[in-house]
This record gives sequence, structure tokens and C-alpha cells, in this order.
Amino acid sequence: MTSSDPSVQLDHTPGHIKHDGHNLTGFVIFLCSESIIFLAFFAGFSLFKLTSPEWLPAGVDGLEVKMPLINTIVLVSSSFVAYFAERYLHKGNLWGFRIVWFITMLMGAYFVYGQYVEWSSLKFGLDSGVFGGTFYLLTGFHGLHVITGIGLMGLMLFHSFRPGNYEKGDMGVTSVSLFWHFVDVIWIILFFLIYVWQRY
Amino acid sequence: MTSTNFDPRILKAPHPVPGAPDNWKRFFSINTDAKVIGIQYIATSLLFLLVGGLLAMIVRGELITPEADLVDPTVYNGLYTMHGTVMLFLFLFPVLNGLNNLLIPTMIGAPDMAFPKLNAAAFWLVPVFAVLLMASFFVPGGPAQAGWWSYPPVSIQNPLGHFFNGQQLWLLAVALSGISSIFGAINFVTTIIRMRAPGMGFFKMPLYCWTAWGAQTIQLIGLPALTGGAIMLLFDLSFGTSFFKPEGGGDPVLYQHFFWFYSHPAVYVMVLPVFGIFSEVFTCYSRKPLFGYKFVALASFGIVFLSLIVWAHHMFYTGTPNWMRILFMFTTMTIAVPTGVKVFAWVATLWRGKLRLTTPMLFCLGGLVNFIFAGITGVMLGTVPIDIHVGNTYFVVAHFHYVIFNAIVLGVFAAVYHWFPKFTGHMYYEGLGKLHFALTFIGCTLNWLPLHWAGLLGMPRRVASYDPEFAIWNVIASVGAFLLGVAAIPFILNMVSSWARGPKAPPNPWGAIGLEWLLPSPPPAENFEDDVPTVLNNPYGYGLDQPQVADEAFYVRRAQEA
Repeated sequence: MTSSDPSVQLDHTPGHIKHDGHNLTGFVIFLCSESIIFLAFFAGFSLFKLTSPEWLPAGVDGLEVKMPLINTIVLVSSSFVAYFAERYLHKGNLWGFRIVWFITMLMGAYFVYGQYVEWSSLKFGLDSGVFGGTFYLLTGFHGLHVITGIGLMGLMLFHSFRPGNYEKGDMGVTSVSLFWHFVDVIWIILFFLIYVWQRY
Repeated sequence: MTSTNFDPRILKAPHPVPGAPDNWKRFFSINTDAKVIGIQYIATSLLFLLVGGLLAMIVRGELITPEADLVDPTVYNGLYTMHGTVMLFLFLFPVLNGLNNLLIPTMIGAPDMAFPKLNAAAFWLVPVFAVLLMASFFVPGGPAQAGWWSYPPVSIQNPLGHFFNGQQLWLLAVALSGISSIFGAINFVTTIIRMRAPGMGFFKMPLYCWTAWGAQTIQLIGLPALTGGAIMLLFDLSFGTSFFKPEGGGDPVLYQHFFWFYSHPAVYVMVLPVFGIFSEVFTCYSRKPLFGYKFVALASFGIVFLSLIVWAHHMFYTGTPNWMRILFMFTTMTIAVPTGVKVFAWVATLWRGKLRLTTPMLFCLGGLVNFIFAGITGVMLGTVPIDIHVGNTYFVVAHFHYVIFNAIVLGVFAAVYHWFPKFTGHMYYEGLGKLHFALTFIGCTLNWLPLHWAGLLGMPRRVASYDPEFAIWNVIASVGAFLLGVAAIPFILNMVSSWARGPKAPPNPWGAIGLEWLLPSPPPAENFEDDVPTVLNNPYGYGLDQPQVADEAFYVRRAQEA
């Protein structure tokens, strides 16, 4: 591409393209759409749970709740921590933002670790009937979102070290924070469906 | 008024970039300009229209005689599966996204889409999944054979045991197509919500934008459900889960719910923009304001809402309980109301209009007639007793193609002709266009009208051989299909030669109203740049003393002098 041809300039006029408001609108639309995949999985899970003739595979008598509960508490509180990080950013306290934001990332990482420990102690696999399938599908798909969220937060942290970057606006921190709350809410529903519902 | 016509703003008016000698090269590069991406989409998808059409002609060649003699029945299964998949995911969705890219920013006065890079990413996913899908012809066992709906248990068989098989590639391609569509949908909806010209409230927006908005809303709501189902199917096929396998506690009918929750509304994703095209074309070529603008606009979202609660009418004969059948029959019937509002509005618009039978107008008139017919058979099919009788026969095939080809594709052709001068800067040849219309209209009628009869008589679909009593209908249908193949020749000839050496197009060759017609042909890279007109009225003020924008004369002159 040659710069002499004005039609191929990649970023036309910056003012038209870099618009935080558009980014947030687009991101909210994306999250609404993404939640439908989870809704589809939740609906599938509930249907299987209600109608499947043999729900638990042989040799398995339910899921342990303590470890996932600790995980839940960590993830839910990390949402509040993320909110404080955002507050620091809006007040212009960059180091406060960086530290608290990093703590959020650590809490997310702890959740993923806890998930890993739980998975490795389970006696059933992906192919253990519809119970195993839905369990790994739901927790795995959610886990992917958590990992994506940590990655996005890392990206925001990296951006914060580029001089003057956050002066024009928050450049995506609001969106990532929204994503993190979304992942959190999905987990709460998931926790009730998979772990709490099994007792009833 | 003084004698001088000089307006200093014209000096700093944008100069149209297109026209440089090697300008065509940008269509083969990764470009973020919506107008380039739009043409990339349309050209790619028209190429796949030929591929899908070729597959269809082999299918019709096979069906010209009752015996399965031209191709092996297994190959036949692969052929119709790939025909459907190519036509939907590689022709119709991309071509409509291409039109969205060209029309939405220019119609609402935006410089580009809201996220140009995301837009380019969405387009470049198309060749990627196209290659994946085409590659499935060359893997052991051939392409997917389970039909475009891919119902389990047929779709989770893997008789040869290869990890990479046609069905798996099919699922990956469909998943990537879904990601591309979601990227597109986020972009289009954000652009429409946030980037309209000053003064353009929602009720001053062109109807194409209304319908595209509705259609993309369906994509955002429905597509994730299909993606969820496709992920589960992929796991069943390749990783040993049993979501849809009864022997592991799964439920094959659940897949059908996921599939149709998206794939019924998907038809509205395709037909809604065509409703928009009808509204633009009918008003322009009959020189009359659109009848009931607000009702037509709101009916789009009526259709969006209803389309999401009708899916089980595809499942009347797959063990759906009776209360559900009645419920879904009722909701299906209701769709006829907003659709009917639109049809009446178009007919009332045409009524006593000063009709100009140009190529786009002919395509739209043909499409409207076919759509009304398809709507009637659609109401028939939504009725439980009739559906149980004719479901899975050629009646369904005929109805579906009446909607998809005879209405939607005709509308797409109309759009291609109508906006061809605007975005290429050249006029097309009217004679070739009319020849294309005549061949297409005769071809599609011959092809699908007789198949209604074959279906009512009980000819089952998706089989390579059939009872000789249906032979006559199939011969006529095949002749029609080959005629459609012939119709591609004047079309390609017209597009290529007009773009290369057609007469230069003025900014507004049709005397149409709309922001896009206030731009030079072809529009410059940033459309109106900083000088976006202030919108006063909706773009259907034909024959009324009602300018669409403030200071219209300035924009008209600027476009002419650019």
C-alpha cells in the first residue's frame, strides 16, 4: 500500500474512528449477544437435568461444594475490586489503578487455579454421559471467558504504562470491567445450576 | 440572489479518490474503507453464487430422470448439503453484509462503519471459512452429507473414523461464519445507533437501515444459540460427549431447538434487508412517497420479535407435544400481520404511481409477486395438519426457494443494479439487465412452481431417485434451473463490461432521494467528511415539496462538481 493513494489510509480521520462511546456501545451489544450462548447452554443443562433418565454417571454421587464456594467468593469479590480500580482511574490515580487492577487479575488467576484443582480431582470425564459433558462444557466455556478477561485486563495494564494514554478517556477499561462483571454474573448462575441445584 | 454561483465551501469539498488508474488494486488488499469492503463482500459472494449454482445444476441434472444415474446417491447427499451451505453462508449472508457496508454509512451520512478494523476482520473471515468448506470436498469420505440443518444422529456419524471429516469441517466453517456475522452485526447496529447525520431521528432514517438494523438484531440474538448447538454437536462428533446421543442420556431434539431458534429467524435476516430494498426501489421508480412509512418501519421490529418465537413450526413432526404445536402455529400465523402491513404499503405506494420499468424495478416487482405467493404457501406450511402432510416433501423445498431465491435473490439483484452506478461510477447496460431479469424470472418460476405440485403429490425431498409419476414436474424444474444458469451470463457480462467501460454515472441517475445520492459517484473515501448534511425529512418525499436535507442545492452541486 502506498501512502500516495489516499483511499488506502487505514485510519481515516482519527476523530471519526477512535470514539470511546462507540466502543462501549459495541461492547455492550457484544455482551448481550454472548450471554445468549450461555443461556442456550443453561437451557440445555436444565433440560437434561430435568429429563435425563440417568443423570449421574456410575460411581459418582454428586459434586463437592466447598472448593467451588471459595472460588465463587473470590470471583464475586474480584468484581468489587475491579470497580475500585476503575474509581482510581477516574480520579486520575494511575498507580492506585495499576495495583488494584493487578489484584483483580490475581483473584481471577486464583479462580482459574481453583478450577484446575477441582477438575483434576474429579472421577468423571467429558464422555461420562450428559452429566460429564454439560459439566465440562459449562465450566470450561466459562473458564475460557475468565482467562480471556485476565488477558484483557493485562492488556489494559500494559496500556496504562504508555505515557498519556489514559488522558483522552479510559480506552477500554470500562469495557473490560464490564466484561469481568458479566463473567461474574454468569458464574453465579452457573454455580446455582451445577452445584446448588444438585441437592434438590 | 446574486448573479454569482460561487460557494466557497465547494473549494474544500472532498475530491473523489476513485478514478486513479490502479485503483482496482485496493479491492484485493486488506482495506478498512466500508465501501471497499462492501464491494469485496459482494464480489466474493457472487463468485460463490456461481459455485452454489453449479452444485444446484448438478442436483437438478440428477433429478431430471427418476433413477439415480448421474451421481452416486452418497455424492448426491453431499451435493445438496453443500449447495445449501454455500448459498446461505457464502452467498446470501456475505452479499447482504456487502450491501450493508455500502448502504448504511452512505445512507445515514457516516464517514465509515463504527469499527473499521473489525469490519475488515469480519470480511476476511469469509475466504477463510470458504476454504475450509471447499476443502471438505477433498477429505476422505467427502463433504458433509447431513443436509444444511445437520440433524443428529445423521450428523454425528463418522463411518470412516478420521478425526478430520467433512462434517467437522462443515461445523468449523459454520462456526467461523457465525463469528464473522456477529462481528458484522455489532458493527452495523453500533453504526446505526450512534453515527446518524444530524437531524436524522430514527423516524427519518431510510427503510433499508431500519430493516438492516432489525436483521442484525436477529443475528445478535439468534446466532449465539446456533453457535452453542454447533459447539455441542462438534463435541459429540469429535470428543465423545453425548449431548445429542440418547444412549448417553442426551436428546437429539434439543439440537433441533437450537438450530431452528436461529435458522428460522435467519430467513428474516435475509428477507428483511430485501424489504428495505423494495421500499427504496418502489418509491424511487414510482415517484411516490412510501405509504405508511412509520408502520413499515415498525413492522420490521414486529417481524424481528415474532421471528424469535416461531421456530418449533419446523418440528411439528419430530415429537413436539400438541400444546406446543398449537402455540407455534398461532405465532407463525401472526407473522403474516407485520409482513402483510409491508406488502399493502408497497402495493399502495405503487398504486397510481408513475412507474419506470427499469431493471431494478422489474426485479423488485417480480420479487414482490413471488414473495406474496411464498407467503401464502408459508401460511399453509405453518398450519399443523397441512405441515404434517407435506413436511419433508418438495412442497417445502418449493416454498423455501420461493422465499430465498424468487423473492430475496431477486431483491438482491435489484439492489445490485439500483446502486451499481453509485458505487462503481458507471451506468450498467439496461438491455442486458432486462434480459437478465427475463431469464431469471422465467427460470425461477419454471424451476419452483411445478415442484409445489410434486410435493403435494408426495414426492419426498433429499433423495436422488423418485417415483416416475413425478418425472414431468422434475423435467420442467430442471429446465428452469438450467435457464437460471444461462441467466448468469448476461449478468456477469453486464457487471464486468459496465464497470470497465460503461458510461460515466452522474451523482443521481435515478432522480432518487437519499443521502447516498447527494454524494459523487463513486463516493469519496470518507463520504461527507465533516460537511454532513442536516436531515429534515425522511427520504421518501417524492412529489412533495419536502426537501430531505437543509441546503440541498449545495450538496447537489458539490456532488456534480467533484
